[in-house]
Amino acid sequence: METAQLALTGALAEDLDAAFPDLVRSRQDRLYSGVLRIVRHHADAADITQETLIRAYRALRGYETNRIQTLRLDGWLWTIALNLCRNRARNAHPLPSNVPDTQDPGRGPEAEAIDRTGTAAWDERLAKLTGPQRNAVVLRHVVGLSYREISEASGRPTGTVKADVHRGLDRLKKLFEAEAMR
Amino acid sequence: MNETIETVLQGLTKKAPTSVYGNVMVGTGLWDEYAIVDGPIESMYVAWNPRGITTCVPVSIVGDDADFESRHPRSSRRGQLPSALASKLDRALDTGRLGAVPVDLSSLGDFQKAVLRKCAEIPPGEIRPYGWIATEIGNPGAVRAVGSALGRNPIPILIPCHRVVRTDGSIGNYAYGPQMKRDLLTSEGLDPITIEEKARRHVRFTGSDTTLIYCYPTCRHARRTMEQHNVEFRSSSEAEAAGYRACKVCRPAA
Repeated sequence: METAQLALTGALAEDLDAAFPDLVRSRQDRLYSGVLRIVRHHADAADITQETLIRAYRALRGYETNRIQTLRLDGWLWTIALNLCRNRARNAHPLPSNVPDTQDPGRGPEAEAIDRTGTAAWDERLAKLTGPQRNAVVLRHVVGLSYREISEASGRPTGTVKADVHRGLDRLKKLFEAEAMR
Repeated sequence: MNETIETVLQGLTKKAPTSVYGNVMVGTGLWDEYAIVDGPIESMYVAWNPRGITTCVPVSIVGDDADFESRHPRSSRRGQLPSALASKLDRALDTGRLGAVPVDLSSLGDFQKAVLRKCAEIPPGEIRPYGWIATEIGNPGAVRAVGSALGRNPIPILIPCHRVVRTDGSIGNYAYGPQMKRDLLTSEGLDPITIEEKARRHVRFTGSDTTLIYCYPTCRHARRTMEQHNVEFRSSSEAEAAGYRACKVCRPAA
């Protein structure tokens, strides 16, 4: 992972236009997955993923070679992505944003509510965390970033990020167990 | 339990929709989009990116979309012309002037850019020799280089390299063959036969004996001159020796 990132930043520094498609291919799925869990809306998640990568390209265009070489790519990309997620939340649509991952017309809302292990149920629980906790949990466990990268992306100290992840997981567990009692 | 929650979270990944990759490539300008638009003598493939038009090719030169994409590897996706660009393009095709149409020449060298920008100033229905462009861009010796820069014009028709002819006034060559060059000039109201006939008689400039000004024969001021006042010259020195001065609009070069 680390060596792959170094190879990519080296290639980006050398020839941005030639290497940028590799950045898109290697990052788009994880960006989309993380953003989707945060904004819970497919089209918006796709838009934010695209916009993140386009802004990254424009920024890289203006960077000096050695700045690109030493760039910590994932923390940096997620700084852009989290900003876009925040902007979207600020201009929040009044419409319900929760779109289930799989459209299954055979399953009504009742079946959905009973299916405690489905993606939609986990999205509901994630939505009950505080913003920093949700972001930290998603970046750590869905996207697979390190605490250091999450700290870079969110601008919060590493120790705080660790606490966010632990409290977030704890809360998810309690929510899950509380539902079992009903 | 935390262990399983972590495992569940790891499973909440989803592949990005396939449209994301193309949208990013188009949004960054790494890919061009293209469409087929009506041209002056036939339809044309036109490609663009956020910076402007990058490519223009008559459809008769290209077989189909796949052929166009293989000749222009950056043009990877059929798209819909953004409406602002479409209306500027319509206007350019109506008037024969590039006007407000943005063009992306960023992949070209400075010399070729200068040649193409100068070429785009030639009004429809008028022609200039290669040497005129060379002189205008401050490089009067670079006549051959101007010819090869125009031969590699990525946006022909819109950047009207068909309006640039040999120094002797003959129509000369064209990337898509001399016949298309003649057809394009005809579509702008010029008569290729008259042009070539003048070239054979070595007539390079025409003047008016009432104003004592000489021009390129297709200059809009030259064309206003009444036949009985029309004087022909083989060179600018001949014209100057006869007491004529160069037109300030078409700026005939030696």
